[in-house]
Amino acid sequence: MKVITAHELTKRFGNFTAVDAISFQVEQGEIFGFLGANGAGKTTAMRILCGLSRPTSGVGTVAGFDVSRQPEKVKASIGYMSQKFALYDDLKVWENIRLYAGIYGVPARDIPGCTDEVLRRLDFTDGRNAMVGSLPLGWKQKLAFSVAMVHNPRIVFLDEPTGGVDPAARRQFWELIYQAAESGITIFVTTHYMDEAEYCDRVSILVDGRIQALDTPRALKQQYDAPTMNEVFFALARRAQRGES
Amino acid sequence: MLRYLLEKEFKQFGRNKFLPRMVFMFPFVSLLVFPLVANFDVRDMNLSIVDHDHSPMSRRLTQKASASGYFRVTQVADSYERALRGIEDDTADIILEIPSGFERDMVRQRSAAVMIAANTVNGTRGGLGSAYLAGIVNDYAGELRAELMASSGRLVTPSFDIIQRYRFNPHLEYRVFMVPAIMVMLLTMMCGFLPALNIVGEKEKGTIEQMNVTPVRRFEFILAKLIPYWVVGFVALNICFFVAWAFYGLTPVGGVGTIYLFASVFVLAVSGLGLVISNFAKTIQQAMFMMFFFVVTMIFLGGLYTPVASMPDWAQRISDFLPLKYFIIVMRSVYLKGSHVTDMLQPLTALACFAVGLNALAVVSYRKRS
Repeated sequence: MKVITAHELTKRFGNFTAVDAISFQVEQGEIFGFLGANGAGKTTAMRILCGLSRPTSGVGTVAGFDVSRQPEKVKASIGYMSQKFALYDDLKVWENIRLYAGIYGVPARDIPGCTDEVLRRLDFTDGRNAMVGSLPLGWKQKLAFSVAMVHNPRIVFLDEPTGGVDPAARRQFWELIYQAAESGITIFVTTHYMDEAEYCDRVSILVDGRIQALDTPRALKQQYDAPTMNEVFFALARRAQRGES
Repeated sequence: MLRYLLEKEFKQFGRNKFLPRMVFMFPFVSLLVFPLVANFDVRDMNLSIVDHDHSPMSRRLTQKASASGYFRVTQVADSYERALRGIEDDTADIILEIPSGFERDMVRQRSAAVMIAANTVNGTRGGLGSAYLAGIVNDYAGELRAELMASSGRLVTPSFDIIQRYRFNPHLEYRVFMVPAIMVMLLTMMCGFLPALNIVGEKEKGTIEQMNVTPVRRFEFILAKLIPYWVVGFVALNICFFVAWAFYGLTPVGGVGTIYLFASVFVLAVSGLGLVISNFAKTIQQAMFMMFFFVVTMIFLGGLYTPVASMPDWAQRISDFLPLKYFIIVMRSVYLKGSHVTDMLQPLTALACFAVGLNALAVVSYRKRS
């Protein structure tokens, strides 16, 4: 079953085409890697799919809803974790979980159980009353991921979720991603780390707003005759015309 | 949904190290300090007297001036030039010169001339001082005339005596004029600007982006921002009532309910202004700068310090577009005159229009999606 479809999605800002007619489909339960250099248009494409940005042309559907006509329905069925850490530093761990559970419409009587469940899954029951601002970055990001999934969405969008954390924390983070994917949640993730690209079921590589490659990591490596995804990426990104924007 | 957002806002407000204290300190500091400093009352002016006549009548005039309470005789000069030097080195503010022959002219012609010269570097002080002094002189002239006519056995010619009576603020105390206006300023800050800064702060931190991908409606998000500050604004307003009563003995002559009614409409209007600012500002720095612009404009053109009626015409037209002006008028009327809602339908309509207009502008200028 296709949970994300993009058909010729395009976003222009004036003369600048940030996303140029991209088309792809993502299956339920898939871990879909969305790669690209800085300024390639990854975040813009993801913002369109989350209903935050209106596409200039093209059609996108997420969880069966049209992203330009039913953005609020899309939002209710997805989880999103932005590049910047976006939980409230001056709220406690349980208060952040409660807030997002509440606004995603988890019934009031289920919220305490839901909070316990999140903390148990993270093995973080002791940190319940800690202020989020005082947590190490690795914990913050795991918490942000769990909060993005507090309402059991069908799809989770992760925008560079592991930026700036150490390799051990990144590994733990990916374990959470695998757990979620096993339970049938679709993961749409952007990343700069090519070792992470290897963990994805399929990856697409965005160059200058266009999708230049889309396949399983194994098939891409064969196609480009490269031993690692890193080299696949370099082979493609070399063709980029535009730099960081 | 609103419930969870409100929980969040109140917790964040309570945990802020600075804001809750400010809600308590601000009314005290602004009401106790500003009216004392921003004081246009003219008292204790240094008076230099140049008496060329040295007659009983001229001495009586000197006594009357110093007994009025407005003046302190700091210099008795023998020439106008010397008195002028006093003004130059700032030991005198105002000169009263009594020419020789003052008493003689008064007795013979029933009138005499004196000269008043004032230092008007500070226009208000100089202007008011010379007006007071002229008043004293005229008063004395009337008194003398009456005495002279009585002693000469003739009938007193009828004359008009103007008795000045100042309604509502009989002692012309500037602080009575200022206190209600400062309350307006306080509500503007707390209900208009604080929530706007809070929203821009979430933009800066990126937490608003996370909110935007949730099904939270923009309206609920904003309402959750505004409600806590409305509560805070009214708490501060009540602290102001208390301070005004405890330290100045000021209580609203009109109903507190009238103030609450107008304050509610006013608060809606300034909240709308704050939201417009928050839509245009990307960073707190930009928002602060825009607010500073509005605060200065409103303070000087809205009639906080000087009455709008004494501004030039063009400035009065500008002040018509400042919600602050109307609420200041209302606050002063209720506090000093005891006006009722029915007396103030025009400002009420104006404030309601601002509330609708500014909030509509806030909705229009907000772009939910890029």
